[in-house]
Amino acid sequence: MNRVLVGLIALVTMLVLGLAPAAAQEDAGVLNIYSSRHYGDLEAPFVAFSEATGIEVRVSAGTPQDLLGRLRADIQRGDRSIADLFLAIDAGVLSLAADEGLLVPVESEVLNANIAEPFRDPQGRWYGLSIRTRTVVYNPDNVTEEELASLNEYRDLADPIWRGRLCMRPAGHIYTISLFSSLLYHLGQEQATAVTEGIVANVSRYINSDTSLIRAVAAGECDVVVVNHYYMGRLANGSEEDKAVFDSVRIKWMNQDVNGVFFNINGAGIVKNAANYENALRFLEYMSQAENQCGEPTCFPGSNYELPTNPEAELNETVASFGAFTLDLEYPLWEYGQYQAAAVSMLEAANFGFREN
Amino acid sequence: MIKLAQLFSTAAGRYDVSSSWERHISLPPWTRLILPLALVGGIMLPLGALLMVVFEIDIARWTHMWETFLPRALTNTIFLVASVGAGTFIIGTAFAWLVTAYDFPGRRWFERLLLLPLAIPGFIIGFVYVSIFEYAGPVQTTLRGWFGWGRSDYTFPNIASPAGLVLVLTLVLYPYVYMLARVAFREQAAVSFEAAQLMGLSRFKAFIRLVMPLAYPQLAAGTILAMLEAMTDYGTVSYFGFPTLSERIVVLWSGEFNPTAATQLAFLMIIVALMLIALERRMRGKAKFYQNAGQGRGLRRQPLRGVKRSAAITACLALFGAAFVLPVTQLLAWVIAEVQSASVNIWNENFTVYAGNTIFLAGVSAAIVTFLALLIAYGLRTHAGKGKRLSRLLARGVTLGYAIPGAVIAAGVLVVVNPIDGAVTDLATAHLGWSSSTYLLTGTVIALIYAYVVRFMSIGFSNTDASLEKITPNMEGAARTMGAGWWRILSRIHAPLVRTGLAAGALLVFVDVMKELPATLLLRPFGMDTLALRTYFLSVEGWHRSAAVPALAILIVGLIPVLLLMRVGEKSVDGRRDYSSERSQQTLRSNDGG
Repeated sequence: MNRVLVGLIALVTMLVLGLAPAAAQEDAGVLNIYSSRHYGDLEAPFVAFSEATGIEVRVSAGTPQDLLGRLRADIQRGDRSIADLFLAIDAGVLSLAADEGLLVPVESEVLNANIAEPFRDPQGRWYGLSIRTRTVVYNPDNVTEEELASLNEYRDLADPIWRGRLCMRPAGHIYTISLFSSLLYHLGQEQATAVTEGIVANVSRYINSDTSLIRAVAAGECDVVVVNHYYMGRLANGSEEDKAVFDSVRIKWMNQDVNGVFFNINGAGIVKNAANYENALRFLEYMSQAENQCGEPTCFPGSNYELPTNPEAELNETVASFGAFTLDLEYPLWEYGQYQAAAVSMLEAANFGFREN
Repeated sequence: MIKLAQLFSTAAGRYDVSSSWERHISLPPWTRLILPLALVGGIMLPLGALLMVVFEIDIARWTHMWETFLPRALTNTIFLVASVGAGTFIIGTAFAWLVTAYDFPGRRWFERLLLLPLAIPGFIIGFVYVSIFEYAGPVQTTLRGWFGWGRSDYTFPNIASPAGLVLVLTLVLYPYVYMLARVAFREQAAVSFEAAQLMGLSRFKAFIRLVMPLAYPQLAAGTILAMLEAMTDYGTVSYFGFPTLSERIVVLWSGEFNPTAATQLAFLMIIVALMLIALERRMRGKAKFYQNAGQGRGLRRQPLRGVKRSAAITACLALFGAAFVLPVTQLLAWVIAEVQSASVNIWNENFTVYAGNTIFLAGVSAAIVTFLALLIAYGLRTHAGKGKRLSRLLARGVTLGYAIPGAVIAAGVLVVVNPIDGAVTDLATAHLGWSSSTYLLTGTVIALIYAYVVRFMSIGFSNTDASLEKITPNMEGAARTMGAGWWRILSRIHAPLVRTGLAAGALLVFVDVMKELPATLLLRPFGMDTLALRTYFLSVEGWHRSAAVPALAILIVGLIPVLLLMRVGEKSVDGRRDYSSERSQQTLRSNDGG
């Protein structure tokens, strides 16, 4: 009996000790971020921000959709969240959060001057801090010049010449959902559905990692994959093995003759009734400055081989070496959210991500 | 001719519990009914909260789901759960019997080593196996290099296939059966087994007809744990691109940004789980086996010779190699490559802090779950009055959490906790000196631990319940007639008697919390990362070498409870053996005298 009691006391002590750190850190300089970037609070640009401002950055990471769910639950409860800033790698999720009133509009001359118009919410509820494109990577040994010349738009991936040669990320991932929402926007329901079905017929394997997709192309398992461009940047700057993978594949920018390559943003908005509003605003303004939008590892875009949303900023060297390309500015970022649910339905109907075995 | 059943009932002792007798030993109502049911209510609240959306059925959405993925997700789930169930039952039971009833070189080592895969989360073995055996992996690349093959020149079993998935999940989940089966076999009275052999039954027949039925509660509990793990798994099935109900729930949850359909699908999954549990209960039937604790002398091991001995060693080596050595070797190789590559800054990460967080969350949750499980299982065991069936049914409700994906439970916890969090925080600020602007429940680990308790109560409860079932109600009877109160009975008699079961349950909860992903993702406080989360983030980014570092750390942390588990099991069994052998010697002596 006494042993059980001792155990209980030990348990309560442990719990109190566990809670203590959360209670202890109470200075003015804190910024709490819900972030769908996976690099924890040790990210170089966050550290640089902390050093420059003295504000401690604390991060809770997760998928953008999970964090949206958390934020929704927070605000619907007490009209307040434990997060000050919502940082998401998808414009659709940011727009949904904004439209549900989870994010507040910001009036900032600095932000409006620094971040180009296509990359921020017209109502100022979220701001893009970096840009990632999603395009084709292929293996030059297994794809002929002729085949390559016929592959110019995303819809060309539905061409039967790619049957059994294409690998994709599964339907559940936000990258896939957003990419197919752009097909819906540009092609309309009917054509987009036909293209999706054609792509499903061509896919030989679904791989739930962009890096693994590129490795599969390099090894010759797939001839063509669709990935975010910065994974190529990471491989180019990785280990010897990674560099060998990078050297044996090529990047091809899609939709250059039409509306431009599909892209998404890594953006953030200030959460309604944020306890540390000033710090959150300071974070956004800091990250939007040209010198902090650079291509170096200490900058927000540069740390992940992404592109700056500030037109004055310098491009990352590796990304610049991928060649010039046009972004798809026709499909506005703030409309992504409206097309995503339809895209999920379309992917489900086409059995995207399912494979008969 | 004596029938086997009669032999068994005289040897091991079988009691029919008459309700009048049970009433005689009943405890005061608040301990046997009110407290347990209040706890059950608290645990089921988050699930109940989700019930609110279950009835808002969107016909068009369901029609669409039914016409598209639902039938396949359903058949996939049944296929996976059945295959993993069969695989883990066969492997777990067979190896537990092999190391308990037979002796061969290395047995003592294998007996422990075979438990180790318990410490590895499924998604880690999943991504390790896929990267070893996929097209771009070392095995196929080497083969292509040797023979100069191209893509279409050879066929290689596809690791990212349903069969590969079943293999991987069986390899990580068989220890659930193995562990409980081993405890059950060791605790079993050797008397009945030896009597059966005297009756002319072969060792194998005695095993099938006597040992397995006697160990049934634990074998079933272990297999059901493994099956529910397979059913709610997300990390591994999504990595293998194999859509199950659980995988679809997460996709619906995150892909459509609307929890309603996901929650409804989760309830469909609960129905599948309930059917499983009901099936097990039905098979168990009314049979209740009480063994007289203390009389069990461990089985005498039969030494194996010749071919059988080599076969036993080979089988153990193969299983341990596949489930542990191979993945760990690959992880080690990645870690070494990571150390040698200068380009990655993985070493800046604070792994001791992640490990500390992991141990803290797992330890606190395991302790709470075990304590609550004991209160509930014990209270309801002694309740014999009106509503007995209903209260038992409700108690079984706490096992539902195990059938629900962590993300859905996290959502339920938020629904329950959010409305009161503001008031609770204000109260704590006013009276308890809470000085943080953070919410007391969702801003700290409290909400997260609540979710763990809901999710993993099943493990604690079924272990405790199964162990308590083996204690004869005579104990309560005797203690009650001597005037002992419920807490005294529970802490002095039952808790010590079932401590092996309790410890097993607690350690399983520890390991499960350590491996948990989705609820941890959603509910953890700011700045709190665990080893499993870091592994997951790095592995989905495709950084296998970097992910290997926290993955190996999980393994090291996970080995602690697994090693403890072995010690707990052995201590109790050895202690009993000493006692009984002493007594059997006395018996022998008195026989000589007579």
